[in-house]
Amino acid sequence: MMKKTNAILSSLLTLAMVASAFAQAGGNAKLAAGASSGVTATAPGETLIKNATIMTASHGTINNGSILIRDGKIAEVGPNVKARDPNARVIDATGKYVTPGIIDCHSHTGVEGSVNEGSLSVTAMVRIRDVIDPYSPAIYRELAGGTTTANVLHGSANSIGGQNAVVKWKIGKPVDQWLVPDAPQGIKFALGENPKQSNSQGRPGATAARRYPATRMGVEETIREAFVRAKDYRREWQEYDAKKASDKTAIPPRRDLMLDALVEILEGKRMVHSHSYRDDEILMLLNLSDELGFHVQTLQHVLEGYKVAKEMAAHKTGGSTFSDWWAYKLEAYDAIPYNAALMASRGVIVSMNSDSDELARRLYLEAAKAMKYGGVSEEEALRMVTLNPAIQLGIDKRTGSIDVGKDADLVIFSQHPFPVYTMAEMTMIEGEVYFARNEDLKQREVLKRERDQRGGSRQPRIERPDEPQPRPNESPRPNEKEP
Amino acid sequence: MKSKTLVFMFIAFTCAVALGFFGLAESCVRVALAQSPTDTYAIRNVRIVKVTGPVIESGTVVIANGKIAAVGANASVPSGAKVIDGKGLSVYPGMMDADTEIGLTEIGSVAGSVDTNEIGDNNANIHVDVAVRPDSSHIAVTRVNGVTSALTAARGGLIAGQSAILNLDGWTPREMVLKSPVAMHINWPGGGGGRGFGGEFGGQQRSATELRREQERQIESLKKILRDAAAYGDARDARAKDPSLPKQNVDLKLEALIPVVRGQMPVVINANLERDIKSAIAFVGEMKLKAIISGGAEAYKVADQLKAKNIPVIVGPVLRVPVREDDPYDAAFANAGLLSKAGVKIAFQTNDSAYSRNLPYHAGMAAAFGLPKEEALKAVTIYPAEIFGIADRVGSIEQGKIANLIVTDGDPLEIRTQIKHVFINGRDIPLTSRHTELYEKYKARP
Repeated sequence: MMKKTNAILSSLLTLAMVASAFAQAGGNAKLAAGASSGVTATAPGETLIKNATIMTASHGTINNGSILIRDGKIAEVGPNVKARDPNARVIDATGKYVTPGIIDCHSHTGVEGSVNEGSLSVTAMVRIRDVIDPYSPAIYRELAGGTTTANVLHGSANSIGGQNAVVKWKIGKPVDQWLVPDAPQGIKFALGENPKQSNSQGRPGATAARRYPATRMGVEETIREAFVRAKDYRREWQEYDAKKASDKTAIPPRRDLMLDALVEILEGKRMVHSHSYRDDEILMLLNLSDELGFHVQTLQHVLEGYKVAKEMAAHKTGGSTFSDWWAYKLEAYDAIPYNAALMASRGVIVSMNSDSDELARRLYLEAAKAMKYGGVSEEEALRMVTLNPAIQLGIDKRTGSIDVGKDADLVIFSQHPFPVYTMAEMTMIEGEVYFARNEDLKQREVLKRERDQRGGSRQPRIERPDEPQPRPNESPRPNEKEP
Repeated sequence: MKSKTLVFMFIAFTCAVALGFFGLAESCVRVALAQSPTDTYAIRNVRIVKVTGPVIESGTVVIANGKIAAVGANASVPSGAKVIDGKGLSVYPGMMDADTEIGLTEIGSVAGSVDTNEIGDNNANIHVDVAVRPDSSHIAVTRVNGVTSALTAARGGLIAGQSAILNLDGWTPREMVLKSPVAMHINWPGGGGGRGFGGEFGGQQRSATELRREQERQIESLKKILRDAAAYGDARDARAKDPSLPKQNVDLKLEALIPVVRGQMPVVINANLERDIKSAIAFVGEMKLKAIISGGAEAYKVADQLKAKNIPVIVGPVLRVPVREDDPYDAAFANAGLLSKAGVKIAFQTNDSAYSRNLPYHAGMAAAFGLPKEEALKAVTIYPAEIFGIADRVGSIEQGKIANLIVTDGDPLEIRTQIKHVFINGRDIPLTSRHTELYEKYKARP
């Protein structure tokens, strides 16, 4: 009940904030008449961001350049771009940097309740898209850190988990409009300690029953067995389809939503994003995918990817990793911050992800760590949080770089995005402003008044200080609930 | 017997702590026994950021016998010194992480490798430097990123025990100790920030009234323990003066708390929420304790009171989500700047071990959101040294101080900055760690 009230309040605040941001559209903005027609309106005519240093992520950096946005798309980019519409919204970004919207290739933000359907080790039928809470306060905070797009994943308790949702954080809009329309469907797999439940079962205080698999060998068998069933299921359907035209009495096989999703994987219609840590389990899945005939699109976390980067590259499997997480569990003990650089040097497409509502707010700084550890170039580092995750998610035709024809998903930073002193000042999705810091600062007064009226602040929700920071969603400490 | 008494008196004097019997004297303040490195170094043509004085754009820092022997634009290079050309580089004091678990934990999920949490409410007699593992891989990983010392504290119970400040180099725990004990750590009872019992959101729901009552009970219990310690100390002193008084049984926990109740040892109170910090302030006022707040996520809301009572705050982790849903998105980032502006003395902490190497980025994020850059740097160097009473030995580049220094190609709070040299106790530390070793190994994979 309380939660519901909070959610409603939160939604009102969010709406107020977005509507207002829309109306103001940044400190230097001149607004086209009628542009503030409401949050569900499409982006107004033209917007010109001018005098910016533009880090395109695809074709270098343009000094003192402009970006023309029309109908939510990037219409022109370059040094001499002008608006055609005399009423265009103009944002003067003198001294500022513009990057593509940040893409988080591993998120659980907004997932209502548990991220795991943990009762079985194969739950390919459940869908994250059904359980996204658009009122999660984490979403606005991520926008405030320049993050526009996320691969929202099922948890890692299962060898084969649930189906993902690739979303843009369009707060204030109906949540079904958040799904990136042409994003390929995906699914979560998981290897190692989490699916074998070595940190959640059999430890003091654990209440749930033991479950198969309990070893990495069992994880492999669980996946193989699921696909063997899926192949039988596919054959039954193929036989039925071949027969049904000539045989009116043919009986269709019983529909199985779990096996449907696995068949989609076999047919290349559903991308596998697999949680993984150790080199052995990574190779296991790559070899198993060869045997069963499916593609592993990305390995998530993949903290020992640097040991088997050659094999990953040969399989055209991307690596989506943490910049510098390590030591929170045994399988993370060989994790090194050079992982991203080493994988990239072997030809693996690499992204830096968050797996955390906290870290997702500052992925631009995580990218800088790839430069520190292993000497990745500036553009390649930026790609690790923009274009590369877009490629990994199959949405790079639409977003991930500043190129003509792509969605105008953009961040304006107060300075270069990699210095620790930088700050995201404005975040746009498809040309619409979803975060503007100057507007946020103004809204704080409004919020304060509302807070005083309702007699105090929200209940605190503070992490226990003895939890690791950042706290890996995937990787609970002992005595912590398995996410 | 006589000589034993003399030794005891000597140690008690040295430690400025009166302890009841000889066996405990060893756990009293231990001064770092530097490894007396014999090498002399001179870092020349280097930009010197002393932190406590103006920047010297090009000068020399001389390191000898583990100490900073000379600093200045024209300091001369002693004969036989190993010369490091610092052209294009800067030298800073090594950074200090003001609250960590370094050395007590290796792999979070492997219980056998974790020694952070003792059982029981009152662990006042616990001191961490007996369980610090000098070969913990976290130590090298942390120092090669410029963090040269760290406060390490236990976490279990209401009274968690006595912390130590460690140099992140040494063959034995004793060699690493810069100061031990440093402070008595208390987990403030309450929903947020207390480690003593399950928080508001753990397990069963309890009403706000119940929680408040539980908090009050625990605070009362803390007060009782401290009053007992004061009485215990008085009784012991009385008998020292008058041996005809009855002999007192030793209570190690109360013994350990005597310096606390006498204001000789600070208490570090882990508290994050506004109401908890307020009640902690009232408590330390009533009990006349020397206090430091650790965590302090909502300390900015109580900044004036903290300033008035002269209570420093060990801020962090900075990289955390705001406490409340309707807090500004940058509340955790802006906290330190607001405290500093109000005149509260601050230092930064990661409250971690594996991620202590990211200390500079906590300070840097605070600087992005309002804390002046110079203050951010001080809050990872000289301020923690001042707060913990070791500013005469570390925290800045001054002649006579321990040579804990870092040589960098830029601002140490910046992520892209590379650390070129790390000196701890005057030793030129190899820039290797578990991470660099694995990197080199697999970089060479054909």
